[in-house]
Amino acid sequence: MNDMTKTEKALEMKTSKISAKNVQVHYADTHAIKDVNVEIEDKTVTAFIGPSGCGKSTFLRCLNRMNDTIDICRVTGDILLDGEDIYDRRVDPVQLRAKVGMVFQKPNPFPKSIYDNVAYGPRIHGLARNKADLDDIVEKSLRRGAIWNEVKDRLHAPGTGLSGGQQQRLCIARAVATEPEVLLMDEPCSALDPIATAQVEELIDELRENFSVVIVTHSMQQAARVSQKTAFFHMGNLVEYDDTTKIFTNPEDPRTESYITGRIG
Amino acid sequence: MSDMTDMTAARPQKPVNSLLVQDANTARRNASEKRFRAYGITAIAIGLVFLVVLISSILFKGVGAFQQTTLTLQVELLEAKLDKSGTRDLDKIKKVTTFGYNPLIDDAIRRAIDEIGVENPFRKGKDLRKMLSSGAAGQLREFVIANPDRIGDTVAFKLLASSRVDGYLKDRVSRESLARDKNLTPVHLDLIDALRDAGIVRKGFNMSFITGADASESRPEQAGIGVSMLGSFYMMIVVLLAALPIGVAASIYLEEFARQNWFTDLIEVNISNLAAVPSIVFGILGLAVFIQFAHFPQSAPLVGGLVLTLMTLPTIIISTRASLKAVPPSIREAALGIGASKMQTVFHHVLPLAMPGILTGTIIGLAQALGETAPLLLIGMVGYIASNPPEGLIEGFLSPNSAMPAQIYEWAKRADPAYYERAWGGIIILLLFLMTMNIIAIILRRRFERRW
Ligand SMILES: Nc1ncnc2c1ncn2[C@@H]1O[C@H](COP(=O)(O)OP(=O)(O)O)[C@@H](O)[C@H]1O
Ligand SMILES: [Mg+2]
Repeated sequence: MNDMTKTEKALEMKTSKISAKNVQVHYADTHAIKDVNVEIEDKTVTAFIGPSGCGKSTFLRCLNRMNDTIDICRVTGDILLDGEDIYDRRVDPVQLRAKVGMVFQKPNPFPKSIYDNVAYGPRIHGLARNKADLDDIVEKSLRRGAIWNEVKDRLHAPGTGLSGGQQQRLCIARAVATEPEVLLMDEPCSALDPIATAQVEELIDELRENFSVVIVTHSMQQAARVSQKTAFFHMGNLVEYDDTTKIFTNPEDPRTESYITGRIG
Repeated sequence: MSDMTDMTAARPQKPVNSLLVQDANTARRNASEKRFRAYGITAIAIGLVFLVVLISSILFKGVGAFQQTTLTLQVELLEAKLDKSGTRDLDKIKKVTTFGYNPLIDDAIRRAIDEIGVENPFRKGKDLRKMLSSGAAGQLREFVIANPDRIGDTVAFKLLASSRVDGYLKDRVSRESLARDKNLTPVHLDLIDALRDAGIVRKGFNMSFITGADASESRPEQAGIGVSMLGSFYMMIVVLLAALPIGVAASIYLEEFARQNWFTDLIEVNISNLAAVPSIVFGILGLAVFIQFAHFPQSAPLVGGLVLTLMTLPTIIISTRASLKAVPPSIREAALGIGASKMQTVFHHVLPLAMPGILTGTIIGLAQALGETAPLLLIGMVGYIASNPPEGLIEGFLSPNSAMPAQIYEWAKRADPAYYERAWGGIIILLLFLMTMNIIAIILRRRFERRW
């Protein structure tokens, strides 16, 4: 109990990175997100859990405006990144996405070499002054993606030739190469085997030092293992948002409790 | 438990349970599978038979066009006839028309007949000359104008035989078929036999069919497909330069940028409809818009190319959109997710992956356009138009010309069986072009796809 209060205090001291206020999302007639308010903290892993179809991905994709690419999707409410409204008319989503990176459910490396996969982001954002610079960024990112040792001898082999787990870590390396501040991950392990999953989870824990990580997962064990904060979504509502330990040991809402004990989901 | 027994009882009888014996159901399934395979093989066999018949008949009928009979004659270029003044003044030499050359040819034939020692059955030079193409004098004249210093010499010429003589050497013409022909008599054929034995009349490869221009109705032996091949070539350039960028840009916009609404739906329906519009409709549209309204030159490959562009655009747009659609959305998400703009996403990632499909679609569209005849009829790209290859690039686009399929149509229409043979020959060349284009499409597809 004493421990709990300590961590709680430590978490409270962290600053809010993203703050969402009264967010509503509609897909044509479907009301996918209903009035969600949430503060996502910096240098923290936040997990979104909930039964499938409850809107986790939808809400995650609001945070870097990936929903803009869906014609029928309409977002209202405010989402602030470091106090700035990312849905402001003056915000270019392209610039936003360089700050808020994303890793997808299915590993999706470009059909290019491993090197080019990682170098693409820094290239288009002009992060490298010269070739040596770019080489450094690629190496650093691959190390952060915990895949450097496996690919350092074949940087110019196709990224699509790697195993599923390696591809996903390559995608994480690609996402961190642009030096984002927030990293969004939508079920990054659902296509991976247990060993690869463990590697990615370990990696997420390391990423916390530099980034604020938001991860959608359907596995409650995974949420418990990697996250400090957990948000439970149900039918488009944010039911409960609290410290992970609290959610898993002492949830307040009966719906959260039935979900984590396996009665709904 | 009673349920179970009921069900077994209701089932069709299944007497043996051994795997070594086929039950009735399996036997029936296997039989129907066998039957289906037989249908498939029959269908393919029928298709193959048609293909073989088609190709062999084309080759059989068209191969003659690639051979041409010539008479090798020693012609004395008499100064007295060609350059009376003796000054070698080109203007004066040009004043001598082809009629002036006829006596030289007559003499040359007479001498050749004397040399091989047969009796000359004809008194008049006109009758002798019937063995030769009426273009033979023109052949001489061209040579003399190009080489005035050879006047006075005796020069060996390979002169085109007339189409009847050519047909005789190709077994198209016989003594019986000449019975009521006013151009040639069986007596001529006896003479030809003698000249052939002496090696003066010979059948050889017909280069000028591949490089030459169309000729008038009465001179099939002179007609070639080369100039209309150039016409087709310039049209294809127009189609490629106009249809590829427009088609690809339109597809990219519709597929990647445009919002999905009633307007884009309308465009989509209309593009599909355009693909089904008969080509002759595009022809009359081209006539009205490009020639009557915009006053572009008639019969010009530029106009033909523009009309074919209209026709090819739907094909290119449909295939380009299909190949853009086939690029997995995850690639677009990946690029957008690390902050690439829409344009960067399309040009760096989507387009390279769609390239093989786009190229294949474009080449298939071009091949369709290359074989298209109907719209060309309406803009006057058919008939005996160009007697010389165009000089230079701009001329190539603007001067009146025909195109291969229109040329073939024109030849097939003419009465002389010698032209019928040329039409088949033209079809061989057209098919060679189409085959080459398809092979290029396959190679490009392979080449681009190999990049993972
Ligand atoms: N592109 C889309 N078009 C229409 N409806 C969508 C789309 N994506 C998601 N939805 C709907 O939004 C709701 C939430 O979906 P999603 O966010 O994918 O759920 P989760 O990720 O929690 O499984 C679902 O009812 C789903 O049908
Ligand atoms: Mg999801």
